[in-house]
Amino acid sequence: MSNSKFTAGVIPEMKRDYIHRLASKGTRIDGRNFDEIRPLEIVKGYAKRAEGSALVRLGRTKVLVGVKIEVGTPFPDTPNMGILTTNAELAPLASPTFEPGPPGEEAIELARVVDRGIREGHAIDLEKLVIEEGEKVWIVFIDIHVLDYDGNLFDASGYGALAALTDAVVPASRYELGDDFKLPVLHYPVPVTFAKIGNWIVADPNLDEESIASARLTVTTNEEGHINAMQKGLSGTFTYEEVQKVINMSMNIGAKVREIILGDSDGKED
Amino acid sequence: MNEKRGVRKIVVPGELIKEMGKPGNGVFVENGKMYSAYLGVVEIRAGYVNVIPLSGCYVPKKGDKVIGKIIDIAPMNWVVDINAPYYAPLHVNDVPWHVDFGYTARYLSIGDVILAKVSNVNELGQVWITMKEQGLRKLEGGHIIQISPFKVPRVIGKGGSMIQMLKEYTGCRIYVGQNGMIWISGSPEGIITVIKAIRMIESEAHTYGLTDRIKAFLEEERGEEHGN
Amino acid sequence: MGIKSDIRLIDDNGLRIDGRLPNQLRPIKMEVGVLDRADGSAYIEWGGNKIMAAVYGPREAYPKHVQEAEKAIIRARYSMAPFSVDERKRPGPDRRAVELSKVISEALESVIFVEKYPRTSIDVYIEVLQADAGTRVAGITAASLALADAGIPMRDLIVGCAAGKIDGVVVLDLNKEEDNYGEADVPMAILPRTREIALLQMDGDMTYEELTGAIEMAMEAAQTIHKMQIEALKRKYVEVE
Repeated sequence: MSNSKFTAGVIPEMKRDYIHRLASKGTRIDGRNFDEIRPLEIVKGYAKRAEGSALVRLGRTKVLVGVKIEVGTPFPDTPNMGILTTNAELAPLASPTFEPGPPGEEAIELARVVDRGIREGHAIDLEKLVIEEGEKVWIVFIDIHVLDYDGNLFDASGYGALAALTDAVVPASRYELGDDFKLPVLHYPVPVTFAKIGNWIVADPNLDEESIASARLTVTTNEEGHINAMQKGLSGTFTYEEVQKVINMSMNIGAKVREIILGDSDGKED
Repeated sequence: MNEKRGVRKIVVPGELIKEMGKPGNGVFVENGKMYSAYLGVVEIRAGYVNVIPLSGCYVPKKGDKVIGKIIDIAPMNWVVDINAPYYAPLHVNDVPWHVDFGYTARYLSIGDVILAKVSNVNELGQVWITMKEQGLRKLEGGHIIQISPFKVPRVIGKGGSMIQMLKEYTGCRIYVGQNGMIWISGSPEGIITVIKAIRMIESEAHTYGLTDRIKAFLEEERGEEHGN
Repeated sequence: MGIKSDIRLIDDNGLRIDGRLPNQLRPIKMEVGVLDRADGSAYIEWGGNKIMAAVYGPREAYPKHVQEAEKAIIRARYSMAPFSVDERKRPGPDRRAVELSKVISEALESVIFVEKYPRTSIDVYIEVLQADAGTRVAGITAASLALADAGIPMRDLIVGCAAGKIDGVVVLDLNKEEDNYGEADVPMAILPRTREIALLQMDGDMTYEELTGAIEMAMEAAQTIHKMQIEALKRKYVEVE
């Protein structure tokens, strides 16, 4: 059923050949090395009505992630934990191939992969988000808004989600529940996505590379070098050796990205 | 696995084929080695190693007689479902009537069943069929059932022996399409008996002594009919 | 993953709550050709999982705009029966099912000679009748059999298998309790002949050594499951009364 976005345009054979030819010479369509990601820029606090937000530019891909925090009731099986929920919207303004309407399978997969990284990586301390055990907890909504699609939404959205969470303030005073406080962030899980093109593996594929990739692998690692989430996609395959290589590259690239996310790129005007 | 005498060697997709020969149908070569692409049996013919699938959808071959259902009508042709991956167009030039442009629906309408012949198949699997030959026609009355196209040879039997026996015992007219569609016409009791027998053949197609068992079944059915 | 609890998942003898060793699979049973109408079908019992898979096609893809000019499209639909889990599941696909259907479709496509049937669809329906963790990998294993049974040309069978981590130990094939209270799960699909990896997901917390250990464990077990698949396929045609 994966035939809405990735196959909507027929890829010129010429482009495929060109990208392969470049790869055989060790380079890429935009001159990057195989393990080099595009320039990453993060502006925190972009959306002022949100409890936390981040505008991410990864090359020409642009994603805005907003965090809203509200009071609600906990799930019956986790009465002493706050709730995390992640949603993604591929807004039609971001690409000629995105269509209006309820989220399709691409948007759902995107939201779930980002959610898995944040959740399994324990980015936020859900146990600190209980107001009254079994009755009242804070619900953290992460909403991913894709604005400009030039490939690799997984990483741009993952970086945006983590950055928005580090930016977020729990609006306790609005609910007359005491003073506002910073959302408790425990860990910094960072996804890095790779595409397999021919027998080459490249980090952070752009749209051209994504459109001819046979397989895709996203690996989310935290600041301790642990792996928290993986997602393989597309109909090609990886060898075990390739998977090992990808995990290692993901840790290295992830460490650099983490510095950028935590860095002093705070765009808030106080 | 305890393979019986006379049972041909079964291979599964991706299984290495040890038989020597040139790669034929149903196999693929990777790094100089030959593998089966299907669940099927290995067959060596004229120096080629083939794997004949044991199951699956009907794959049309030129010259096959098939039974199809009209599912759409256009001014110059009909679209026929012949139980294959693709629908088959039937052009007005390929029917035994003179059809004026736009008058196709007068001759065959949606839901009609025809006996036709595969006149051409291209390498993409697209199919053309014709009704312009002795015996090909629209089928009316009677009943239609579907079986796996891979069981068709057992229903027909060696030299048509099985189908002949079914006709003799029941007095029914029967057409077996290579695509697994079977048309049966005759008395209601006869049709019921034929269907029961065909279902038996279907489920026991891979067993020994099938013809004898079918014959015994038909004798029994006839006995009951006469007894009533 | 990771509901915190005091439940011990591995005892002093190194055995798991169902008595298995760390690298031991649950009992698996497979049967091919279990449904009448489908072009191909298979049933699998894997631990407490009971899953049915059916294949329809190749047939002209509908609606027409989903057709691809040069290949068949593979549409797998993973679905859980409302009564397959303790708390009734609302019928229809939830977000998890949508995601699983997508990655399963992609994994299955990796073995199918899709270029043989342009403009068609091959529809694979995976129905979980009773769930006990590892449903996606058991479903893929059954779907592979159903595809072979439907006469779909493929370059290999495909085997689903998962590994994970419980009580700090890397183990094979998590059951429901281990999945609920364990620390990580790594569902995979493997091409047994070439050892390529067609599906790989992970959630939880693992070091590099633990993760690679889990992948190796699942890849090894895939060879065992592959033998069962071959036996199940051949059994359908060899058995003589």
